[in-house]
Amino acid sequence: MELFKYTAHQLHEKLVSKEVSAVELTKSVLARVDAVEKDVQSYITQTRESALKQAEAVDAKIGQGQTISTLAGIPGALKDNMCTQGTKTTCASKILANFVPPYNATVVEKLMAEDTVVIGKANMDEFAMGGSTENSGFFPSRNPWDLATVPGGSSGGSAAAVAAGEAIWALGSDTGGSIRQPAAYCGLVGMKPTYGRVSRYGLVAYASSLDQIGPITRDVTDCAHVLNVICGHDAKDSTSINTGVPDYTKSLVNDIKGLKIGLPREYFASGMDPEVERAINKAIEQLVSLGAEYKEISMPHTEYALSAYYMIAPAEASSNLARYDGVSFGQRVEGTDIVDMYKKTRSAFLGAEVKRRIMLGTYALSAGYHDAYYVKALQVRTLVKKDFDKAFHDVDVIITPTAPTTAFKLGEKTNDPLAMYLQDVCTIPVNLAGVPAVSIPCGFAGGMPIGLQIIAKPLGEETLIRTAYTFEQNNDYHKGFAPLLEVK
Amino acid sequence: MKITCEDVANVALLSRLEFSESELETFTGQLDAILEYADVLNKLNVDSVEPTAHVLPLKNVMRADEAKPSLPRELALVNAPEQEDGYFKVPKIMEG
Repeated sequence: MELFKYTAHQLHEKLVSKEVSAVELTKSVLARVDAVEKDVQSYITQTRESALKQAEAVDAKIGQGQTISTLAGIPGALKDNMCTQGTKTTCASKILANFVPPYNATVVEKLMAEDTVVIGKANMDEFAMGGSTENSGFFPSRNPWDLATVPGGSSGGSAAAVAAGEAIWALGSDTGGSIRQPAAYCGLVGMKPTYGRVSRYGLVAYASSLDQIGPITRDVTDCAHVLNVICGHDAKDSTSINTGVPDYTKSLVNDIKGLKIGLPREYFASGMDPEVERAINKAIEQLVSLGAEYKEISMPHTEYALSAYYMIAPAEASSNLARYDGVSFGQRVEGTDIVDMYKKTRSAFLGAEVKRRIMLGTYALSAGYHDAYYVKALQVRTLVKKDFDKAFHDVDVIITPTAPTTAFKLGEKTNDPLAMYLQDVCTIPVNLAGVPAVSIPCGFAGGMPIGLQIIAKPLGEETLIRTAYTFEQNNDYHKGFAPLLEVK
Repeated sequence: MKITCEDVANVALLSRLEFSESELETFTGQLDAILEYADVLNKLNVDSVEPTAHVLPLKNVMRADEAKPSLPRELALVNAPEQEDGYFKVPKIMEG
């Protein structure tokens, strides 16, 4: 039985009914890793031994007749920017190649408390900067739907692992689309919760006012189960929202009668693949046939969001990444004095895209340019946020494509950073506004998955789950499994 | 040009990064293209708009001033490139 093809909630039933053991399940996923990892390259570090120990512990609990949580014994992957005590956490950067955190991220503690099994630390664009995993300091991952294409990024290893059966679920992080875009490219469900919904403690910082952890799963039900585990207030993260967390599985309801959908015309602008546009329009027609209403809306500052993001995120990154200086952790290259040591260390071990963003951010924050670029971008951020506030007076959800195209070929955009940035045009405004959004599969173009993005107001995750679940239950897009072939 | 090779060299110094001449030229071209694109921001009049650095209405989140366990010193030092007597060791920073 190919256990690695099932969802977490299906596998939970199999564990509880003792049809399979947690060790059998983990071994099935590890065998799958052995079979396909050379092609997909999802993982930077595998944690096979601890995974089997975690599985044994779950089998012991089942054997004693204890109740187990839904994710107990279910193998998953963590993006390699979440600190794991005793296990390397590299952020796919050579500067952290040997970094072994002395503590766990809060999300890791929460997952451990549920007895989940972790197969390994997933590949990503270095420090989460990129949209293809080609900026990984170690190797690129590949899209299981076509090995010649990218899995997206920056959480590309997490998405590739779930799509290839090398993990049943995964956590990613999303600063400008880094959960939703790879989920779209790999035919999965990926949610960026409301900013502050999930603790960032132990998530290696890229752009702190935008970063948020979220699930990448095979269906909406699994998304709700993972959210239930990771959401909630954390005193260790001062930007964590201090309010109760609902049971998201209660929103797994196949009914959207009366739901008001807004379609922002600015998101359906030039540059979109006609097949993507067709799939989105078809999805909207279907949602209407299921009882939703839609109206066209305008979010006039959308065209400025990308520019604002590429000032704000690099500015925050230039400050956050100042810590990689060869002093307290990470690599060091000796120099003639301390400044020379800083320069040699950072120049030798940081990758080109990371340097580009540090430089851009430093420039935007430097004397003479601070007001013209950084402050202006923050003012535009206010206008982008107001567009969302205004839209949510009239509608319950906003629907857009997740990305303007399906997954692109490896190497296609590596020499043109701006072309790469344009892939984030539909996802970035969501981070600037801090609102939640989910990407779900809504069709295929040339055999490659297309993602539908659903956006809700702050703390509107329940509306997202309900809308996404209704769409999913009336379609079969989530049931296909990636072929793991190179499409010529 | 929005940015020159000289500007980029100065930003590199501020960023504590060093580049070869050809790297500097490549970066200058790429940063120039990005800044050119970002120029769209100047089409907007934002004079009366407050900046948003952060989306949540949070200010000065404090906890009770109570001592709690923290990371033990030996664990905090475990990833240090160089250490001595319980401290991080860095190259000499003062003359004499």
